[in-house]
Amino acid sequence: MDLQIALLLAQDGVTNGAIYALLALALVLVFAVTRVIFIPQGEFVAFGALTLASLQAGKLPGTLWLVFGMGVAITAIEVALALNERHLRRIPLIVLFNCGLPLLLAGFLFAVSPATLPLPVQVCLALILVVPLGPMIHRLAYQPIAEASVLVLLIVSVAVHVTLVGLGLFFFGAEGSRTPAFTDNSFEIGDALLQGQTLLVVVCSIVLIIALYFFFERTIYGKALRATAMNRTGARLMGISATLAGRLSFTLAALIGAFSGILISPITTIYYDSGFLIGLKGFVGAIVGGLASYPVAAAGAILVGLLESYSSFWASAFKEVIVFTLIIPVLLWRSLTTRRIEEED
Amino acid sequence: MKNSRFLAIFVVALLFAPPVLPEFYITLLNYIGLYAIVTLGLVLLTGVGGLTSFGQAAFVGLGAYTTAYLTTVHGVSPWLTLPAGLAVTAAVAIAIGFITLRLSGHFLPLGTIAWGISLYYLFGNLDFLGGHTGISGIPTLQIFGFEFKSGREFYYLIWAVLLVIVVATRNLLDSREGRAVRALKGGSLMAEAMGVNTPRSKIVIFTVAALYACLSGWLYAHLQRFVNPTPFSLTQGIEYLFMVVIGGVGYVWGAILGAGLITILKQWLQDWLPQLLGQSGNFEMIVFGLLMILILHRAREGLWPIVLRYFPERARRPRVAAAEALPCRATPLAGSILLDIRNASKRFGGLVANDNMNFNVRAGEVLALIGPNGAGKSTMFNGISGVDPLTSGEIRFCGERIESLAARDIARLGMSRSFQHVRLLPTMSVLENVAIGTHLRGHKNFIHAACRAERHEEARLLHEAALQIERCGLAEHMYDAAGSLPLGKQRVVEIARALAADPCLLLLDEPAAGLRYLEKEALAELLRRLRAEGMGILLVEHDMDFVMGLADRVIVMEFGRKLAEGLPEEIQRNPAVLDAYLGGVE
Repeated sequence: MDLQIALLLAQDGVTNGAIYALLALALVLVFAVTRVIFIPQGEFVAFGALTLASLQAGKLPGTLWLVFGMGVAITAIEVALALNERHLRRIPLIVLFNCGLPLLLAGFLFAVSPATLPLPVQVCLALILVVPLGPMIHRLAYQPIAEASVLVLLIVSVAVHVTLVGLGLFFFGAEGSRTPAFTDNSFEIGDALLQGQTLLVVVCSIVLIIALYFFFERTIYGKALRATAMNRTGARLMGISATLAGRLSFTLAALIGAFSGILISPITTIYYDSGFLIGLKGFVGAIVGGLASYPVAAAGAILVGLLESYSSFWASAFKEVIVFTLIIPVLLWRSLTTRRIEEED
Repeated sequence: MKNSRFLAIFVVALLFAPPVLPEFYITLLNYIGLYAIVTLGLVLLTGVGGLTSFGQAAFVGLGAYTTAYLTTVHGVSPWLTLPAGLAVTAAVAIAIGFITLRLSGHFLPLGTIAWGISLYYLFGNLDFLGGHTGISGIPTLQIFGFEFKSGREFYYLIWAVLLVIVVATRNLLDSREGRAVRALKGGSLMAEAMGVNTPRSKIVIFTVAALYACLSGWLYAHLQRFVNPTPFSLTQGIEYLFMVVIGGVGYVWGAILGAGLITILKQWLQDWLPQLLGQSGNFEMIVFGLLMILILHRAREGLWPIVLRYFPERARRPRVAAAEALPCRATPLAGSILLDIRNASKRFGGLVANDNMNFNVRAGEVLALIGPNGAGKSTMFNGISGVDPLTSGEIRFCGERIESLAARDIARLGMSRSFQHVRLLPTMSVLENVAIGTHLRGHKNFIHAACRAERHEEARLLHEAALQIERCGLAEHMYDAAGSLPLGKQRVVEIARALAADPCLLLLDEPAAGLRYLEKEALAELLRRLRAEGMGILLVEHDMDFVMGLADRVIVMEFGRKLAEGLPEEIQRNPAVLDAYLGGVE
């Protein structure tokens, strides 16, 4: 390996690592606020990328039907609840919000031809299609059992994951997609060629991380989320709704996931089931941070990206084995430094 | 005995199935049996122990690949590859368990996901294991010239293995070690204080579950006579967990029900869904995923309890057989110092909960620790019993330094405690709860338990537990679920459990709270009797009548410090104490 290859691999590693870091942040956020280990995080990556690809190919993205179907399911549940509690006046609003908005979106997609729209508009459309899935999944799968143990929530996460992967196959088919690069610029630094897209991924990740920092530090909703993460009961006593906090954290997770997918799809081909491995690598980063610390999780994710990139050079067949075995020494270290007997909740 | 009835019906149905069923159903039943062996391990791990694994398929793979490789490449007899596979699996499971099981509960499932993926890629990329094409030409099983050639012959082998495992698992759960395992879910802290090595119990059940999976893999390899990585992927590992959750994660029969349902449903969905959707693919996972979410929302215990509702339980009165009494600890000399605490401090960040506490407890005395709420009494208890170790200071118990020992090692030295917030296992009977207290007085392990070689010891342990229950006046509640008792009586169960450990020092945290007058009298009488037998008793209590009538000495704590120490009547007159309790009169 000469320096040029080493730099190329590092560039690759940092790019992927930046994506894993974003996902790791989302995972830590969701776990801290709701205690849900969010295995389906990666599905947002795949859905984001594939929705954008469908829009560019002039096809109606399957995500639309998913949003619509989940909207109908939520409407059914909420209307049943409203009838039960005799809040009949709520019903029109429920129907309008959960069924009307997806229909409006569908109407818009039928009216214009998305393939001819400029790229930023396509990206926004893809986000509008994928991000609502976050709070919808929270409403349907997690909100009814918000008080269950971490273990039960984890099993639900796995169930949601397999359901979404199956639906992804149905809606997007088995073929992978790659979207055109956002920019064709490249820069030469010494011997190495720096791809514009790589730079874009890293810059976007940093911007997003800084934006999240300001969200948590400076806004009332961000502070509410932090309060819920620290002490659920205490936050509830201060008037912060745990449901709202959960929904907000799932929305952010979906946004981060879908945006990561859109960023990465010009670099790698994304299939309907690619999200799982990408999300799990974010997890390895998050586990390095003990599912609690944001900066350590992000650093861990970058490490995973680098490890993956160098091992694909040295032993490409064993790339996944090496990356997923990384958590063993991390867990070993954590286990040796913990002495407390924990009471399972 | 409802379970035995099921077992009998089940065995008869199994015996008569092959001659009347067509080949297709035999194959299906074989797979159900193979899956059920794996899911039984998950019942033990998830349903009973409260842990879980998505990586069971990888353990099945270890069993299958070990025998496939050794029999085809080295020509080893399949009967030798089974122990080899089990040894490899045990080594891997113990290593993974050691790493993840000391961490909080969710690290094990995450670790098993990672390990499931790694092993799948490893199987697929190692040339000597045939890569993604796998290994074919695995020999059939033969014993005494009989060859298990077809599915029909294999059927008997698979289901015989399954039945043996069902019986062994049930035996295991109904034993001393089994009680410790059942305490893992929601009672680790209590179990540790009773001397159970909870990390060890966790590693053992994880290993047992892995060994079941390995056995299933060995059978699979010789039934199929061909292996490739696909059936050992993470997806299959997830499916195993789905089976057991849908069937009923806490029930041995739930595992078999779940394996059967999912296998049949999968067969059916794989036929119909691609036609319905006009595409081919693993769409059955959508249905399984939705089914799982529904089950976890609506019937978290799975389907087996719903089936059970149609079979009313016959009332039964188990009797504890008389047995030889357990050996007892030598009683320390009355008046000798049992517990000696010097300069004990405990800080939680900036808060000093215990500040430089000094006192001792003698054999044959009742020492009461009193003080307003938040004075640090329970913290002191947790420090002494090793549940939450001190920040600094020295504790000697029977002459040994114990401040840095784990709770279970302190329990072994002869200290036993009750908890302020009752820590019983609500669904287990009072007898079983108290029997957890005898944990350190038995020595037979999991293997003895699985083959019922510990019945003699078990009878002695249960007999001892029953004696302590009678001594505490709870004989009429012996077989009731502990959670069904009123709170005051639950506290007394805690005392009986502590006594079952045969301690020389008893730590009681608010034992009289919630008791009625007569019950308090009876408790005081019991404690007096114990004191007369030479036991040291350290008591935290708010009921002053109870304390002053019983204690030999009283220590008053306020803001983590010792405010006063002396005889009950001295304390009652002490101006500083009156000030702390009633507020100063300016």
